[in-house]
Amino acid sequence: MNTTNKVNKTASLLATSMIGLSALGLSAGVYAQDAELTIESWRNDDLSIWQDKIIPAFEAKHPGIKVTFAPSAPAEYNAVLNSKLEAGSAGDLITCRPFDASLALYDQGYLASLADLPGMGNFSDVAKSAWITDDGKNPFCVPMASVIHGFIYNKDAFAELGLSVPETEADFFAALDKIKEQGDYIPMSMGTSDQWEAATMGYQNIGPNYWKGEEGRLGLIDGSQSLTDAQWVAPYEQLAKWGAYLGDGYEAQTYPDSQNLFTLGRAAIYPAGSWEITGFNANADFELGAFIPPVAAAGNECYISDHTDIGIGMNAKSENADAAKTFLNWVASAEFASLYANALPGFFPLSNDPVTLEDPLAQEFISWREKCNSTIRSTYQILSRGTPNLENETWNASANVIKGTESPADAAKRLQDGLASWYKP
Amino acid sequence: MLVTSPGSGQVNKPQRRWHIAVFLAPAVLVYTAIMILPLFGTMQLSLYKIIEGQQVFVGLDNFRHLLGDERLSSTFWNALSNNSIFFLIHMLVQNPIGILLAAILSNSRLRFRAWYRTAIFIPTILSFVIVGFVWKLILSPLWGVAPDLLDLVGLKSLYKPWLGKEQYALITLSLISVWQFVGIPMMLIYAALISIPEDILEAAECDGITGMKQFWKIKLPLILPTIGIISILTFVANFNAFDLIYVTQGALAGPDYSTDILGTFLYRTFFGFQLQLGDKNLGATIASLMFLIILAGVCIYLFAIQRRLRRYTF
Repeated sequence: MNTTNKVNKTASLLATSMIGLSALGLSAGVYAQDAELTIESWRNDDLSIWQDKIIPAFEAKHPGIKVTFAPSAPAEYNAVLNSKLEAGSAGDLITCRPFDASLALYDQGYLASLADLPGMGNFSDVAKSAWITDDGKNPFCVPMASVIHGFIYNKDAFAELGLSVPETEADFFAALDKIKEQGDYIPMSMGTSDQWEAATMGYQNIGPNYWKGEEGRLGLIDGSQSLTDAQWVAPYEQLAKWGAYLGDGYEAQTYPDSQNLFTLGRAAIYPAGSWEITGFNANADFELGAFIPPVAAAGNECYISDHTDIGIGMNAKSENADAAKTFLNWVASAEFASLYANALPGFFPLSNDPVTLEDPLAQEFISWREKCNSTIRSTYQILSRGTPNLENETWNASANVIKGTESPADAAKRLQDGLASWYKP
Repeated sequence: MLVTSPGSGQVNKPQRRWHIAVFLAPAVLVYTAIMILPLFGTMQLSLYKIIEGQQVFVGLDNFRHLLGDERLSSTFWNALSNNSIFFLIHMLVQNPIGILLAAILSNSRLRFRAWYRTAIFIPTILSFVIVGFVWKLILSPLWGVAPDLLDLVGLKSLYKPWLGKEQYALITLSLISVWQFVGIPMMLIYAALISIPEDILEAAECDGITGMKQFWKIKLPLILPTIGIISILTFVANFNAFDLIYVTQGALAGPDYSTDILGTFLYRTFFGFQLQLGDKNLGATIASLMFLIILAGVCIYLFAIQRRLRRYTF
């Protein structure tokens, strides 16, 4: 008995020391060779693009760093991420929603400041505006992609009707009138049932031309402009004319209805966001074109909504901060921009480096950046922090104005009163 | 109290009836855990407010804010009045139709009774998502059968995008909900009708009360307690409703908040929507008010109506 005991003890001692040794060896190996980075994201649709294209390209350049893309479902992302960050188990790199959701994470100390990241120099102020503190000093996410608003049209229908691409408001309505008169096509495919279509593809699409993009948007934030000013009411006055050109019963038409109506070739013009490109390319069997939101008079400067939608930041508690910074710098590079933009046409890179896109429709959209001034959706930064929520109210007001149940002036006044009730510039 | 039974000399204690507690325990525990505690949790939440990141006790301040703030209160009253219309339409349409169907089904000369009963009851067991989606499709101006069917009989001009117009949307949704749930009053009243003893009806016939007269004078008074129960069930279900509106119209309950009921208002406030961040405390305040409204309705029913109903035992 005694001997067996002794033998057992020795064996267990040996075993323990061996485990200890191997553990030491392992960790030493990790430090010497690989830093492992995990990316939190809601883009589970893009999993294969990350695994097959983006990550291999990065790892080829940076052999010491291993990257894992670990997405969760879009609707659950914010909640999942918050609980992981609270528990300290979140990944090193964090995909950032624009504006307040990410700002809240930074304020709670979960996201690191990227003020000293060299790559940040590749981005314009507009690109950075979605992921920066209110004072503009601390950016906390590298901008990855934006979506651009404009109009997508059925080229075949335009050729058939002898229409050219409208450049001014007058051209635009003349084209709509002609399509309506001829009668084969519904002039424009949009519905007010889901409300956000009216606000996002309507108001935020054409609006920047009137409020002069950033000038107006910042004016609203600093209080020098008001939603009841002419430049903010004008887009509503335009929208009020749209109702006549939409399909029968557009009041009950939903967003998927609008998409189908257009890709089936029953409507000629679709007020769009560039994210539609992939789907439309796959579903429409006619040629697609795109045009800039028409300006009030020929020769006016044009403004487009180039809305920052997705960025990537660093977990402040990451143990591999250096490796994470290397990755973020790479995300800020021209190589990443080109990879990402071509894998996902319609999500445009935000860096200042010129990027060559292969998709012709995507090329058309991105070419507007050269011609026009970029801005983001007016309601997203700061102005939707309180209740009544300006973004939600804008959905409601835009739908009302298109249906003619509220006049542009009344809608503008209601929005301004609502905003003024909690926001003091 | 101790009872000494004479003769035996033994003391009989009243038995502690443990089995009652044992049998009640599972239900009480489960009900407490998933209903009562959350209910009190919600009420407690409604008395707090987040001030500078801390939960601070503010008493009834949230209620004052909800009912005192011009915008919030107008949203609240709009939701409450829409909810009342929703309830009223159920009471005026669903329950009379339910009674009518039950009366027809209880007629023993009707053939295929079981088939009708099943067919009318089936929508009740469907999910809200299916019902909402199917009706949205039926009524769709683009792909729906409603405009085509009206066109067939030459009444296309009567077609309206009902779900997209302020003046029709709430009524349309109420009627969809009526369509879905009419099976419940029908079943309950059907059960009440067939449990009326034959001898009472025969006695009525002997007195010359037949047909419609028999229904109004004999059967209806006998099923009134059931109708009362159905009304209160409808009330509770309608003031808790949320799903159908959310599925068909979204959380903003369009067009222009014309279908906003307390449930959707609560959802938007509590969980937030799009750029609006959720406010748990204010959401809990709305939930508490909903609870109080339903409680008040049920109390009124119990004390003012239920006690006056005459019950007949056979």
